[in-house]
Amino acid sequence: MKYLCLVYSDEQLLHSLPESPEDAECHAYAEAVASAGKMVAAEALEPVNTAVTVRVRQGQVSVTDGPFAETKEQLTGFYLIEADSMEEAVKVAAGIPPARVGSIEVRPVRTLEV
Amino acid sequence: MSELTAQATVEAVYRAESRRVLATLIRLLGDFDLAEEALQEAFIAAVEQWPRDGVPGNPRAWLVSAGRFKAIDSLRRRMRFDASVRELAIRLEGQDEDPVTRALEDSVEDDRLRLIFTCCHPALPEDAQVALTLREVCDLTTEEIARAFLVGTPTLAQRIVRAKNKIRDAAIPYIVPERSELAGRLDAVLRVIYLVFNEGYYASSGEALVRTDISAEAVRLGRLLHELLPEPEVAGLLALMLLAEARRPARTTPEGAPILLEDQDRTLWDQALIAEGEALVETALRSRRFGPYTLQAAIAAVHAEGRSAEETDWPQIVGLYDVLLRAAPSPVVALNRAVAVAMRDGPDTGLALIDAILEDGDLQEYSLAHAARADMYRRLGRQAEARNAYAEALALSTQQAEKDFFARRLRELGGHESGERQ
Repeated sequence: MKYLCLVYSDEQLLHSLPESPEDAECHAYAEAVASAGKMVAAEALEPVNTAVTVRVRQGQVSVTDGPFAETKEQLTGFYLIEADSMEEAVKVAAGIPPARVGSIEVRPVRTLEV
Repeated sequence: MSELTAQATVEAVYRAESRRVLATLIRLLGDFDLAEEALQEAFIAAVEQWPRDGVPGNPRAWLVSAGRFKAIDSLRRRMRFDASVRELAIRLEGQDEDPVTRALEDSVEDDRLRLIFTCCHPALPEDAQVALTLREVCDLTTEEIARAFLVGTPTLAQRIVRAKNKIRDAAIPYIVPERSELAGRLDAVLRVIYLVFNEGYYASSGEALVRTDISAEAVRLGRLLHELLPEPEVAGLLALMLLAEARRPARTTPEGAPILLEDQDRTLWDQALIAEGEALVETALRSRRFGPYTLQAAIAAVHAEGRSAEETDWPQIVGLYDVLLRAAPSPVVALNRAVAVAMRDGPDTGLALIDAILEDGDLQEYSLAHAARADMYRRLGRQAEARNAYAEALALSTQQAEKDFFARRLRELGGHESGERQ
């Protein structure tokens, strides 16, 4: 089963707290998950001020600045992993270094009914 | 065997074994709804066959086996309509382990633990953990659970359905947590049991002060968990519930009004429950791996030993509260400690502590904090201040029996129910 681990944290603080992870540590953890055969994909994201939001209404494409909602914590990265159960997914999520300063939402991936 | 005896046997087996059979079927079938359906089918088959063919040597194994075959049959029928069940049917038929043999092994008890840990999984909302545990582990009906928690049956039913769906869709596993995770996960299980107990013991709202049935269910659950997993805090929680149960006959008037601990007729306390609770507390304390439940039980045990409020070992109670406050700091624990200190050192010391706790702010809306403050004033003979504090408690209380008690105290102090609020 696939789980998407969404990494949320306050962008202003993500890299400035004593507990904040260095890029090297994040990279090493992603490598470890990959070599355990559980990785599908993982990336860190540029800050939300680089984002646009796209909608299509009545066939018209609209592009607006920024993310959909103003929240205290922003999406700063993700892991798409392969795990047998929520239990195993939570274990992987708990090891993602930014979990120490932000939070990780773990979502089971839904298989499209086609 | 006569038909009547076989019928009675099926009923007795249902009472004794249905939850064990269900727990094993959930493991074998990997699906709560399918397992419940299979359980019903297995018992229907037993009602038909046992009177005719005799009661099998191992009824539980027979039921597990029958349930599993009924589930495979039902999946085969559904396969024609729904391709998604095909995979499950194939997997079940391919299971090389013989479920009958497996059901005879110790793993049956593990299945019951798995069921408890899955129902109390922290990925589920707490109210759903409570509902699912009472439904699946205790076999209460949805109506009974709804009544106990004063919510509508449809709401409760929906809570259970959502929880089951989450278990399936998020693949919440059917396992007993590993040693390294056990403490944290066990906390969630203990919290669910204690919530159920308190709902019955303190009835958070409504007319009656106690709802005995639901407390008894929590005690049963505590006993089961202790039997399956004799960890110190499990013993501690069971002891805490038993020691509270022991006082039940003395803690309300026949009309249901509460009687304070100091005014209770201690000859009504159930000595057998007290002895059982004390033995459990001692075991838990000796382990040196105890926590907040054991400490609260130890406090209850000291109360149980006192022949009256005056003859209670208050210094020891204060000492236990000190440890509890370090292990699990909370304003309510601090308040209870303040009341114990007042019994040891006098009401003026207690009053100073309670005022400081109220100043911190968390308990300002908590009726019992104001009642405790009122009681200090009452014992100091400061009647006007006592009346004001009882009026405050009365205004904040949501529980009818508690309100009646505060109103009575107000009348005794020569005030009237509306009080003079500051």
